[in-house]
Amino acid sequence: MLTGQVALVTGASRGIGKAIALDLAAQGAIVIGTATSESGAQSISAYLAEAGAKGAGKCLNVTSAEMIGEVLAQVTEEFGVPTILVNNAGITRDNLLMRMKDEEWDDIIQTNLNSVYRMSKACLRGMMKAKGGRIINIASVVGVMGNAGQTNYAAAKAGIIGFSKSLAREVGARNITVNTIAPGFIDTDMTRALPEEQRAALTTQIPLNRLGQPEDIAKAVTFLAGEGGSYITGQTLNVNGGMYMI
Amino acid sequence: MSSIEERVKKIVVEQLGVEEDQVTPDASFVDDLGADSLDTVELVMALEEEFDCEIPDEEAEKISTLAQAKAYIEANLDA
Repeated sequence: MLTGQVALVTGASRGIGKAIALDLAAQGAIVIGTATSESGAQSISAYLAEAGAKGAGKCLNVTSAEMIGEVLAQVTEEFGVPTILVNNAGITRDNLLMRMKDEEWDDIIQTNLNSVYRMSKACLRGMMKAKGGRIINIASVVGVMGNAGQTNYAAAKAGIIGFSKSLAREVGARNITVNTIAPGFIDTDMTRALPEEQRAALTTQIPLNRLGQPEDIAKAVTFLAGEGGSYITGQTLNVNGGMYMI
Repeated sequence: MSSIEERVKKIVVEQLGVEEDQVTPDASFVDDLGADSLDTVELVMALEEEFDCEIPDEEAEKISTLAQAKAYIEANLDA
């Protein structure tokens, strides 16, 4: 159980982030979910309240260091120091490299990778003081195996894995673990944007013969955040139905 | 209220897990008191909290003894 622990989940208004927020809350954590818009933040507050969970939604642009500082100060004052951080916020801007615009590359690196650096750095001080913490970064199978049309996304997601391993070495002695979860193809708005034929073709590559559900990822996060994760750090947990085996 | 030196010394003793008499004014946190790089970062964090201030990284890097910490705080803060 995670009773009384404060968990911060970025990109929690829908998809995998929402499932993570709800599962952490079900384990008794106080959950702060972030979204890029006020309406997203409100929907997080609403579903947490409906689940009878403690916590709230907050509007946060994870690419703004200033805003991260402000939101973290608010959260700490209202709920306490976050000792669980789930860096989940992410976007796609798919294109073949030969057609890729600088903005498409930069947006992905900013939102998917730089945000992990900023959020982790901002939360570490509190975790060091609390003498423990769990940082769980959501990467992607694409960062591990590559995918045509996603050089930017794969680079950011692979970057998260290297970041996590290095940070795990830095702060291990302070009882702070840093791990990565690499989801396979999960049934969310992000993958619903793919053409039906591509989704069907993908499914044939998955030994468990289905797309993953957001809850499949959430359970892995809760495991790493809880007692089961005590002695696990610097690892990448591949939750992908077997579509890529390492 | 205890003196700045006493307050700094207390923090050093707590953070580095050393005996009070080891923390002489010129004992180096790293070379003499066994601090690693993360310990020194934590030490500065603790000083920032105790004296309610922000110590810029370039200044923090120069603080490696009790005497230096005391001098910095005296020069920059009205503790």
